Amino acid sequence: MDSTLKEWLLNAVMVVALLLVPLWAWLANEPFIITLATRIAILALAGVGLNIALGLGGMVSFGHALYLGIGGYVAGIAAHHAFHGTTVLGLPGTNQMLPIWAIAMILSGAIAGVVGALSLRTSGIFFIMITLAFAQMGFFFALSWPAYGGEDGLPIFVRNQFPGLNTLRPWEFFLISYGVLLVALGLFALLRAARFGAALMAIRQNPDRVAALGITPFGVKLVAFVLSGMITGLAGALMADLTRFVSPAMMAWTMSGELIVIIILGGVGRLFGPVAGAAILVGFEVFFGGLTEHWKLWLGLVLLGVVLFARGGIIGLIAGRAHHG
Amino acid sequence: MTLALMLEQLLNGVQFGLMLFLMSAGLTLVFGVMGLINLAHGSLYMIGAFLCAAVAAATGNFWLGLIAGIAAAAAAGALIEIVVIRRLYARDHLDQVLATFALILILSEGVRMIFGPFPLYLNVPDVLRGTVRLGVVDYSLYRLALIGFGLAVALGLWALITKTRLGIRIRAGESDREMIAALGVNIRALYTIVFALGAALAGLAGALVGAIQSVQVGMGEPVLILAFVVIVIGGIGSIKGAMVGALLVGVIDTMGRFLLPRVFATFLDASQAMGVGAALASMLIYLLMALVLIFRPKGLFPAHG
Repeated sequence: MDSTLKEWLLNAVMVVALLLVPLWAWLANEPFIITLATRIAILALAGVGLNIALGLGGMVSFGHALYLGIGGYVAGIAAHHAFHGTTVLGLPGTNQMLPIWAIAMILSGAIAGVVGALSLRTSGIFFIMITLAFAQMGFFFALSWPAYGGEDGLPIFVRNQFPGLNTLRPWEFFLISYGVLLVALGLFALLRAARFGAALMAIRQNPDRVAALGITPFGVKLVAFVLSGMITGLAGALMADLTRFVSPAMMAWTMSGELIVIIILGGVGRLFGPVAGAAILVGFEVFFGGLTEHWKLWLGLVLLGVVLFARGGIIGLIAGRAHHG
Repeated sequence: MTLALMLEQLLNGVQFGLMLFLMSAGLTLVFGVMGLINLAHGSLYMIGAFLCAAVAAATGNFWLGLIAGIAAAAAAGALIEIVVIRRLYARDHLDQVLATFALILILSEGVRMIFGPFPLYLNVPDVLRGTVRLGVVDYSLYRLALIGFGLAVALGLWALITKTRLGIRIRAGESDREMIAALGVNIRALYTIVFALGAALAGLAGALVGAIQSVQVGMGEPVLILAFVVIVIGGIGSIKGAMVGALLVGVIDTMGRFLLPRVFATFLDASQAMGVGAALASMLIYLLMALVLIFRPKGLFPAHG
């Protein structure tokens, strides 16, 4: 079978399975399974964001947890002020997801713009390190800033609301996360097929030739980096609502590492790579976490095996080395 | 704020910086010679500390523990290089980051399986207990010894790199690895030696610092990230850069945590000043790194011109 067709079939299976499994869990009254599926959808969303920068643009950001954390803190701080009826910077808090998402995306986009503009002056290992440094700045800032819980984190007492749905019901909150993920995947596919995506992928392969064609690599990469940060920031706002808790751990460097792991396990640059990767990571945690407390050892071994022997991730393993940009 | 307190913090900063240098030297050598970014360097630091604590507890002798820690870290380094790292030299940085991230997971869980989830404690050796009078300040003898140790190792490393045949090969490997392989140097063995040397230095740092902190799983990663900051500031591949970067980071971080809350206290109320000061102080070195990368994208002492 043609490998592109195989990948499409695999993608279709993932879309349906990610909907049907929690649907079954909803009917069978298994809220834990629904929560797991929601976690997979949100982590996949964060991965879709990183996949724009890393997969399409070849920018190895080792600091994407920063945007996850920014989104999370926007949700947490807005809910905190709404709950206590206080204001922040003269504005009231809110417990509505739509404005929270907008603010989370604007703020993470703005910060990604600053970080990107400075970091994209470097490349290779320096880019990896400087993105890590900016994320560490955010992490330590959140850790030592006492107003919103500092080290202890900030609880969200009541999950934020979405018009027409009851977000307190796991199934309905899952549908929201799943819907956002599908929209983001659609955007990713459009972006990849558009001239912008073609330019971005060409820059990854040979920036000098793209520059010779009259396209400024810096501008294209920066826009991609900002979009990438915005989507990961949105995932952060959803993640905070899922766990009803934000803490500096969301910005920890291990989280940045996990986001990269999600993309690599699934398959770099592939549309559904983050979905497959998030499902593997969460599945691994639940399955092996139940068997042994040392499940991270096995995760490490699997990851090492994938990096050394299975380039192209799990989708690449099943669908073959489809050429993907 | 007294002069004595200032002096003590400054010495603490230098001591911290020299320990960071031990970590950074190996990291920067491995990058300079093999072009490899090794996240698992912090795990070697942890292995050094755990072995030192375990052997010191079993034998009652700190120095035996120190030797065991260095040997274990070097052996672990050589083993990792031969089994995993060797396959990564030709890969891109993304693969190196991921594979060594996987190694962190494996080594951390491995150490947790062997030594259990609780921290170990390592006592300062008897001869280095107590304090010593330095002008206006009573300073911990052990920390002073760490400064001496760090300087001695730095000197030894400098002599090794500039005066010995191994050092010549390492420097040649940094400039042109194909050429020295063509000249008949066993490049695979050289890489293993360089990696084990860096691992031994990390193990030494872990064992030495283990006596003033608790020895626990995950102790290596914060130091690892600081060591990355150091080598990026200093210029990746440059030992001199690592030294300058390590001292800058050690002193700025320590003095920032000490001074900033006090500076803010002059115009903010006390609790607010503590919060703002601490928040800014913990960001200071990352700010420094970002500034260095913006104005000197290859670091202060670029290794390759």
